[in-house]
Amino acid sequence: MLCQSCKERTATIHLTEISGGQRSEMHICEQCAQEQGIVVKNQIPINELLSTLLSAQAEGQTGGAGTAGIDPSEELSCPVCGMTLKKFSKTRLLGCPNDYIAFDEPLRSLIERSQGGHSRHCGKTPSRAPSAMKNHMEMMNLRRQLEEAVKAEDYETAARIRDQMQQKL
Amino acid sequence: MRPSDLSNHISQWFDGSGPGADIVISSRVRLARNLGGFEFCSCLSFARKREVLYKLKEIILGLDLGQDLFFIDVDNSSSLEQDLLVERHLISRQHAQAKGPRGAVIACNESFTAMINEEDHLRIQVFKTGLQIKECWEKINRIDDLIEQQAEYAFDPEYGYLTACPTNVGTGIRVSVMLHLPALKMTGQIEKFYNAAKDTDLAVRGLFGEGTDAVGDFFQLSNQVTLGFSEQQIVEEFAGFIVPKIVEYEIMAREKLLKARPDMLDDKVQRALGVLRSARLISSQEALFLLSHVRMGVNLKRLEGISMATINELFMLTQPAHLQMRQGQELDPDRRDAMRAQMIRSRLCQN
Repeated sequence: MLCQSCKERTATIHLTEISGGQRSEMHICEQCAQEQGIVVKNQIPINELLSTLLSAQAEGQTGGAGTAGIDPSEELSCPVCGMTLKKFSKTRLLGCPNDYIAFDEPLRSLIERSQGGHSRHCGKTPSRAPSAMKNHMEMMNLRRQLEEAVKAEDYETAARIRDQMQQKL
Repeated sequence: MRPSDLSNHISQWFDGSGPGADIVISSRVRLARNLGGFEFCSCLSFARKREVLYKLKEIILGLDLGQDLFFIDVDNSSSLEQDLLVERHLISRQHAQAKGPRGAVIACNESFTAMINEEDHLRIQVFKTGLQIKECWEKINRIDDLIEQQAEYAFDPEYGYLTACPTNVGTGIRVSVMLHLPALKMTGQIEKFYNAAKDTDLAVRGLFGEGTDAVGDFFQLSNQVTLGFSEQQIVEEFAGFIVPKIVEYEIMAREKLLKARPDMLDDKVQRALGVLRSARLISSQEALFLLSHVRMGVNLKRLEGISMATINELFMLTQPAHLQMRQGQELDPDRRDAMRAQMIRSRLCQN
């Protein structure tokens, strides 16, 4: 691809800008980028990625699996651990494995950009097939319920939950 | 074993005996893992954190690694014990400063450590002296398999091993080497090294990991990308291509210095040795800086009668928590500087 600016050299820098919900792309060569004062960073720090993620979120680009039944004006949150994108951007840490599903779309772009454009695991896999994420989610919920039942000294419920958990293990 | 038992000797991976250890001091491979069916640490209640800690502690202590393993309850350790573990790279600063049930399982020779309830439920690490990244990976891969037989990890077919921070997702692998690059620094070429690292998606940090500047010409180099490549690919590119290239540059810079400015080189080495042999107060930063020059002098055979083992020992044992632990009490900085100077004098004047 030729540089859009000088139309001579090969474009090696590809910029995607999102402003006011409008997406625009620019393809230029390194020399033109320097002349135009565009700083090129190979590794984008995660906090920078997170703030872009949040501003995109503020523009109402909510979507993804976790939003079913939720008012789109409400902030996206994980039904399992209650994590929100806002909280994630502050701590840089996710709350539970289900966040990868709940924040599917915004997280995907963040992962691609912080992982050198990659979005698929090509490495080692556990020797035994892991149970479905659904099972893990249920276990997380049961563990919480168990804790609450013990706290409330409702041992009958606690025993029932424990039996349920044992069946799943 | 208790942390205080460690304060009198250096870690095996730091003893300078490994392949290419004059430049690549040590190699490390770390894997980040989380248990399925539990929230990540930031959303885990006290009781469930304790459950994770107990579960993983039992599994790991039960592994047959051909080494005695011991558990340290980091939450109930004194701040001096925590600092000692950080200085020996057995736990991270973050792990020392966190709150709630957390711990570490450590092999007696310190070649293996597992942090439980750090940023992820489990972070296992293997250390070796010199450039032995592949060997580290083979060992940690076996340990990971053994743990996996008894614990179910949070794993997604598309994203791989799920981690609390998406920057570790996929393989969860971090390969790193600790490098001593005094000649590149002296010849003003260290910027080139920084740029080359950035271009190849690598991170450069100081001796003590994230958030610290490189002091005394020591650098920690590690991979950033954990997704989209297999562990073997990451290991091979790092150990077979990137690190040897940097070693080559450092050797070239050393040869150039020896040829073009031997007097300047000797002056730096001898001055450093002079200060170390006569100072009565010395901070850990200054000691690191001067020992670095002496280390290069020993490596380039410009100094006689000082062994690499002595220098390496001084690097580790003169750190603040090590000094205090050996003394059995907390000491103010002045007192530490005096003790450090005395220890360095006695070791370097013997030779």
